[in-house]
Amino acid sequence: MSAREQWIAFMTLMVKEIRRFTRIWQQTLLPPAITIALYFVIFGTLIGPRIGSMSGFTYMEFVVPGLIMLAVITNSFGNVVSSFFGSKFAGNIEELLVSPTPNYIILSGYVLGGVTRGLTVGFIVTLLSLFFTKLQIQHLGVTIGVVIMTSVLFSLAGLINAVFAKNFDDISIIPTFVLTPLTYLGGVFYSVSLLPEFWQKVSLLNPVLYMVNAFRYGLLGVSDIDVTWAFLMLSLVIAGLFFFAMHLLKNGKNLRS
Amino acid sequence: MPRLIANFAGCRFTPLVGIEMNSDLPALSIKGLTKAYDNGFQALKGVDLAVMPGDFFALLGPNGAGKSTIIGIISSLVRKTTGSVAVFGHDIDKDFPRAKKDVGVVPQEFNFNQFEKVFDIVVTQAGYYGLPRKLAEQRAEKYLRRLGLWDKQDQRSRMLSGGMKRRLMIARALVHEPRLLILDEPTAGVDIELRRSLWDFLREINEQGTTIILTTHYLEEAESLCRRIAIIDQGLITQNTTTRELLAQLDKEVFVIDTREALTACPQLEGYTTELIDSHSFEVVVVKGQSLNDLFVPLTAQGIHVSSLRNKANRLEELFLSLVNGGPGQASTAQSTSAVQEVGQ
Repeated sequence: MSAREQWIAFMTLMVKEIRRFTRIWQQTLLPPAITIALYFVIFGTLIGPRIGSMSGFTYMEFVVPGLIMLAVITNSFGNVVSSFFGSKFAGNIEELLVSPTPNYIILSGYVLGGVTRGLTVGFIVTLLSLFFTKLQIQHLGVTIGVVIMTSVLFSLAGLINAVFAKNFDDISIIPTFVLTPLTYLGGVFYSVSLLPEFWQKVSLLNPVLYMVNAFRYGLLGVSDIDVTWAFLMLSLVIAGLFFFAMHLLKNGKNLRS
Repeated sequence: MPRLIANFAGCRFTPLVGIEMNSDLPALSIKGLTKAYDNGFQALKGVDLAVMPGDFFALLGPNGAGKSTIIGIISSLVRKTTGSVAVFGHDIDKDFPRAKKDVGVVPQEFNFNQFEKVFDIVVTQAGYYGLPRKLAEQRAEKYLRRLGLWDKQDQRSRMLSGGMKRRLMIARALVHEPRLLILDEPTAGVDIELRRSLWDFLREINEQGTTIILTTHYLEEAESLCRRIAIIDQGLITQNTTTRELLAQLDKEVFVIDTREALTACPQLEGYTTELIDSHSFEVVVVKGQSLNDLFVPLTAQGIHVSSLRNKANRLEELFLSLVNGGPGQASTAQSTSAVQEVGQ
């Protein structure tokens, strides 16, 4: 395929992915907005004032960056895993596989679809947060860079999960037993400095901690970890997941018999 | 339905532009193709096959013979174990994207997104082949009109009938105007009228230059449409010849004769084997070299008047069953009849 044809194939796939989640916005955009709004109400407004300050900010201010990242992570992952596995399950992934579209275009199209949904939900949640607190951005470049890279990372992870999945249970196991614990224990709701030293060190093994803290650094200017490490870790994991996903597509794991 | 037939007939297929047409190269060349699945099943055991440009080719075989595996390998959904496959000279190991551009595949199972609109499914597929949006929309309209689906363009595909879904898959496979169209049982489960309409449509695009390979369980379909037939059995091509030559191998045919008068006993015809079916019909076995004309004189002499005469089974079905049951003449008529039902399921 020529470069122009590849671009057309990429745009076709990406637009199809965006149309998919906007067509079913009641299932894809509305629920996370409601869920996160409830977090704002409960943790920010009702319980937050009793907690007091966290890292020098009100609890509401502290928790907003974490909740935005929570929305971005779960929606980026969820979009790709459900869309790709749905296509695989229904058989229409074959439309792509029989075409001359290169694997990296297939991967990029699905990932960009996941990133678009992740960032859209992140934007909606950010707007909702304005009803509860003032938004401040200390480091715009860090904020945008971290949120995009995090979204790319979890979109890639979603695709890998979908490739391995053989039934619908398999696409809920990772979000339930891996993604949710890592996110909830990744500094969304608290600063790891509150933890005993041992658990602080254990927490450093959690990649989500780096993403949440780097994003919080972008918005509030405070972080439990070094932001440089966060970018380095994000870059390495994205590269690793990209090559692994490409390897799976090339070998046709669970896609070609 | 008459409207559908009208849509199929009389439309011209746009000749392919900008693609080299080298008639020396086979449309499809398969050499020494083998496939062993992970569970150890050897689906293909060394298939050699060549389909020339412009051919209308049938690939026949019982269930599990390896037909869909071959189609899967050509379309990249199945990975071959050994051997080579080239489409119009483009080896799938060296230049699969180029080979894929020349192939359109209509699978056996519905494999489009049931929640998408008919028009979007065809346009999206065109996009995957790199067709600009405007051209994709023009092509989608062209093929949806030709296949009688234009008035369904805004419907979600799950709302279509079975026959419409099958036509949608044909429109989708044609939208990039491939030189080789492969159809895996294209008329399975469609009514007779639609089947005939699809036959006319396939004949037309074949006459206009598209090479067609089809697998089918309706052997009448292969006999009616295809100039060449290959029979695959247990992963090996056992026959590959013209339809005419294949049918010439048929060493006997069974005819059913209906009589005007009630029969009290089975008519005895010298040199022929006969069997009474009911009071107004009997069957007669005519072996190669015998003439049907010779039947009527003794029947008239016995005061039996023939009201109609027909083949008991499709001629190709008889031959097919004898070929896949151990060679010509090995299968009895009774075996053939029962096996016809099995193959046709």
